[in-house]
Amino acid sequence: MAPFYKTGYFSEPTSFVIAFLIGIGFGFWLERAGFGNARVLAAQFYFKKMTVLQVMFTAIITAMIGLLIFSLFGWIDLDLVYINPTFIWPQIIGGVILGTGMVVSGFCPGTSIVSCATGRIDAYFYLGGALFGMFLFGEIYPLIEGFHKTGAMGRMTLDNWMNISLGMAGFIVILLAIGMFWGGEWLVKKFGEKETAQ
Amino acid sequence: MEQKKYWNPYLAGIGLGITLLLAFVLVGRGLGSSGAMIRVVSWITSTFSQSHVDANPYFVKYAGSGVNTFQNWLVFEVIGVAVGGFISGLLSGRLKFKTEHGPNITSKIRWIYAFAGGILMGFGARLAYGCASGQALTGGATLALGSWAFMFSLFGGGYLVAYFVRRQWL
Repeated sequence: MAPFYKTGYFSEPTSFVIAFLIGIGFGFWLERAGFGNARVLAAQFYFKKMTVLQVMFTAIITAMIGLLIFSLFGWIDLDLVYINPTFIWPQIIGGVILGTGMVVSGFCPGTSIVSCATGRIDAYFYLGGALFGMFLFGEIYPLIEGFHKTGAMGRMTLDNWMNISLGMAGFIVILLAIGMFWGGEWLVKKFGEKETAQ
Repeated sequence: MEQKKYWNPYLAGIGLGITLLLAFVLVGRGLGSSGAMIRVVSWITSTFSQSHVDANPYFVKYAGSGVNTFQNWLVFEVIGVAVGGFISGLLSGRLKFKTEHGPNITSKIRWIYAFAGGILMGFGARLAYGCASGQALTGGATLALGSWAFMFSLFGGGYLVAYFVRRQWL
């Protein structure tokens, strides 16, 4: 029964090897999509490309559908899958700050690692900034610790929050994604430029 | 080597989604990036002053006395991300020592933007308990409410500010 690490199939050191291999997959696909280049990510916010939206939502619904199907067949115990606890206010504010940083820098932490690995100098500057920003966060933490924990809703998922079944929630997400893809394609047709490799 | 075009984003997204699913199935957790970075930051700080780290309610979790900072799933995952990115770059002829920037600014201005944006993101990521990979991607797939709120806030924030920094990109 999956998740196999949590049902005792292998040890922690083995899980680290798996982490490394999965990380390779993660970095590989990010670079394949073009995120080694900050301009590809930034283009999302000018409707020139929809790569961020397309990759992100496709990945989300792929993994989500996988989880739902495996759960349906009794192959995975969803209760053992880690779900990010919800702290609604810091996540909203943090999200806005992060989105701002994303369009200013053209990176998010994951894509910056890929960009650094492929030699982009701007990624190194970003990484320095990100590490510094995290340092700042830690330094002022005593002042914001309270806020950091507000809006705590624990392990809250969309289906619980909207009081619908898991399958229904998944279905809505898929509809949302399709709507975004369709809208995205339209926006790029209007504002985008011809796809060229940078 | 002739540089190849990027993959179709939907196909790359499926590849990424399968990788994420594999993580859930094998280890019961998803991907992440900033969690490894905060460990690096905390560790570096501890080499300057362990007592400072021990006295800080945030850093102490990652590099307090007795904490094995790098014995962590994300640290190994992130090393893999660098390797995977490198391999893909190698195969596609996209390994280059250069700075990516729009046609109307210089590399040096770009570096300043990258650094400044980085500071914002580093701060925002820890405030939000993760970044795009840990919250939007992973949390999104598990339907976590806070993660979805984060995702919408991220796009909202980005689109709001995009106009003001367009000189850098367009």
